[in-house]
Amino acid sequence: MSDTLLEVLPEIPEDAHNPVEPFLRMDRMPHIWCPGCGIGTTVNCFARALQSSQVDLKKTVIVSGIGCTGRVAGYANLDSFHTTHGRAIPFATGMKLANPELNVVVYSGDGDLFAIGGNHFIHAARRNMDIKVVCVNNMIYAMTGGQTAPTTPGTSVTSTAPYGVYEPTFNLPALAEAAGASYVARWTTFHVKQVAKSMEEMMKKKGFCFIEIISPCPTLYQRRNKMGDALDAMKYYKEASKVRNGAPTSETTLSKTGEIVVGKFVDRDRPDYLEVLKAQMVSVLGDRYTEPENSCCEC
Amino acid sequence: MAKGFVVISAERCKGCGFCVEFCPTKVLALASAFNSKGYHPPHVVNSDKCSGCDLCGMYCPDFAIFGARNAR
Repeated sequence: MSDTLLEVLPEIPEDAHNPVEPFLRMDRMPHIWCPGCGIGTTVNCFARALQSSQVDLKKTVIVSGIGCTGRVAGYANLDSFHTTHGRAIPFATGMKLANPELNVVVYSGDGDLFAIGGNHFIHAARRNMDIKVVCVNNMIYAMTGGQTAPTTPGTSVTSTAPYGVYEPTFNLPALAEAAGASYVARWTTFHVKQVAKSMEEMMKKKGFCFIEIISPCPTLYQRRNKMGDALDAMKYYKEASKVRNGAPTSETTLSKTGEIVVGKFVDRDRPDYLEVLKAQMVSVLGDRYTEPENSCCEC
Repeated sequence: MAKGFVVISAERCKGCGFCVEFCPTKVLALASAFNSKGYHPPHVVNSDKCSGCDLCGMYCPDFAIFGARNAR
């Protein structure tokens, strides 16, 4: 390696360290994600959101499903859980019910959350469970070899659709809003500042929060579709994305090369599951209702 | 005197080029040299222009670079 790489400019303080390092398990780096994969960028934003929102890290847990994004739980320096395929949300729901003091973050991919886990997603949103869901949407099942996902846009070529995808896709913000989510936003990995801000808002918001982050998949999606590398995807996000905060979610459908509507679409207050549960029990049982004891240890 | 500086962990870099492309003041360029995994990490070509905004650090998917402002 040439000396230029190791050149340390004289004004750099010796104690300078990457601000995200305390939030990540740096002993596990380098991570498994491909060069240019956007998941690392979203984790970077998540670490900054943890820092800026000043949540209690001892009471914050992260749950992932299976897939490329499912590996996030293994890299976050929080209590983290890598669950079975599609079951991140039910696992998170159980944890929230067992210990309502926890901040529960579900961090998973589009295949995990919307294909096998689709039903869990809509029911958690309907109940307004107080969990925060981050979906990294790379448009494909990446870890298993590039199969068609429910989010793969039309005419894309995938390993299971060599003549092009012909199925309509899910519009994730519309699905989340219709199911009852309290907070719905969409950004791309180009919008790093906005992602970090949205995640910070999400950590402070009560109720079911959903953030979709469009991310490049250079190895399996773009290569097969001749869409260039990750940098080309980022340039496309920069040019094609249009910030429309509060836009009706019916207008946010994604296509292969068309406009990407990004922004915060929904921010509303609904009573969350635990509040509704308590109100119903108190109204029926009156004095006979006692709050369940929190059996979790203080650690 | 630059307002900020960047620190690069060349060995962690996978050469995606996000930091080079999106640096607002064009401080970085991909080096012609390789790291031990065969990627071209970025190096500083314009250290005077660095504002220490840390946008490179936010874009980096590999946590291999960050920027910070100088104390003064």
